[in-house]
Amino acid sequence: MIIRLDYFYYVLGAMLLAIAVMTLRDRHNPKRYSSALFWGLYAVVYLAGEELPPMAAGALMVVMALLAGFGGVALGRHGERTPQERQSSAARLGHKLLLPALAIPFVTMIGSTLLKDVQFDGRFLLDQKNLTLASLGCGSLIAVAIACALTRATPVQALRESRRLVDHLGWAVVLPHMLAVLGLLFSEAGMGKAVAHVVTSYIDMDLKLVAVAVYCLGMALFTIIMGNGFAAFPVIAGGVGVPVLVGVFDANPAVMAAIGMFSAYCGTLMTPMAANFNIVPAALLELPDKNAVIKAQVATAVPVLLANIALLYFLMNL
Amino acid sequence: MLNHTVNLWPLLGVAVIIVGFALRAHPVLVVVAACFVTGFAAAMDVPTLLATLGAAFIKTRNLPLILLLPLAAIGLLERYGLKEHAQASIARIKSATTGRLLIVYLAIREVSAAFGLTSIGGHPNMVRPLIAPMAEGAAEVRYPKLPDTLRHRIRAMSAATDNVGLFFGEDVFVAFGAIVLMQTFLLGEGLNVDPLHIALWGIPTAVTAFIIHAWRLHRFDAQIARTMKRMAP
Repeated sequence: MIIRLDYFYYVLGAMLLAIAVMTLRDRHNPKRYSSALFWGLYAVVYLAGEELPPMAAGALMVVMALLAGFGGVALGRHGERTPQERQSSAARLGHKLLLPALAIPFVTMIGSTLLKDVQFDGRFLLDQKNLTLASLGCGSLIAVAIACALTRATPVQALRESRRLVDHLGWAVVLPHMLAVLGLLFSEAGMGKAVAHVVTSYIDMDLKLVAVAVYCLGMALFTIIMGNGFAAFPVIAGGVGVPVLVGVFDANPAVMAAIGMFSAYCGTLMTPMAANFNIVPAALLELPDKNAVIKAQVATAVPVLLANIALLYFLMNL
Repeated sequence: MLNHTVNLWPLLGVAVIIVGFALRAHPVLVVVAACFVTGFAAAMDVPTLLATLGAAFIKTRNLPLILLLPLAAIGLLERYGLKEHAQASIARIKSATTGRLLIVYLAIREVSAAFGLTSIGGHPNMVRPLIAPMAEGAAEVRYPKLPDTLRHRIRAMSAATDNVGLFFGEDVFVAFGAIVLMQTFLLGEGLNVDPLHIALWGIPTAVTAFIIHAWRLHRFDAQIARTMKRMAP
């Protein structure tokens, strides 16, 4: 492979290291030492990667969590431009400003579709196992290059701006990452079996409607707990879907699977455990209420979930 | 409740999560506490638990890339007025309202995801720099004194629209990971199902989700109008 995902780990590691150094030198940050330590440790995760002994990586994660959890990560000061300055450069640059922003999805799309199979000297251009992420990495770097050319800003300024955004996100940056760790631990500890056991041994599913409702609600509920529909699907489909819906009520497995996964997604819309979809955007949009995005989604998720029960009930025996 | 075949102790980890979030404890601390409780419940000692956590932390480090890599370009563009430009552009379209704009975005996001183009959109590279400022700008043209509470609700709705479009679109695409996961799982259970059928049976829900969310967005305009009317008699 010519462009490997590892290269982008190093890029991100270098970016985080630069953020740590800039934070250390920012006298306006009330907690500059602990904040710099936090970003520095995160840089180690990306720069050392698999070289890091697992136990050291685990200890590092715990230290980062304690730093973040006890308010050690604070916001620094950034030389922001005034709204007037921004408005005048917006008027000057016009639609050209959209070019780099749209370059990110555009390059990602081209990379993961058209350039998928491109090879040079028998080597693939893009990391085959991580096609989308490798393409996204290329897109991001190309976008920085175009943006610098367009605005005549230096790459160092781009680094400063990424520090401004990362600073605003703060600990929300690492929450999805740590939740993914918890998800893996949950499945390793046999959480799936425990939940399936509780659901199947305490609810009587002799009625088709009850069985369908338990299946859909179980998917949503288990996703709310795990934060990830992919973790819920095998548990609930294995515990209720296959043995009860297909086994007893003769459901079409394709319908059972499709609507089951969508019921899990309804759960994703309602849980802080799906931090990358729900908590991180709230931080990105600078919302004071970290659950604001979830609150905006509940009124869509609940009706869709109920509709799923009805759809599955009527479509599964067609 | 003692059960000899299934270990129910790991459920304690879930209890920690529920209690932690209910008490509004710091989310990162709640997650780490849940990690420790779950690990101990599964009879791991401290070194094993740390090694398990560490291995998982390294293994899942691809996850933050999608959030962090675009930030440099987006931050730079914001410095040079990308948000201001997005707001000025939407202000020129007289018929644009917050709700209508977000309905159009929902349609684009869901349909493109259904064709496998999930990278169109996303919170760091589309919602923050373009969609949320445009949705806010469209309301601001009509109501120059838009209060912060409403501004925040509009932003939250923009993020919600991106999620709904993505979730209910991507599962209709045959080559999407979730379809592969479902097919592999069913095969393991002895059920041979064509992935195309799983994708097609997703369409009724995808359409339902679009109708429900679009209807909410349509009503959102009326809610904004009502709130502003109440504020300025």
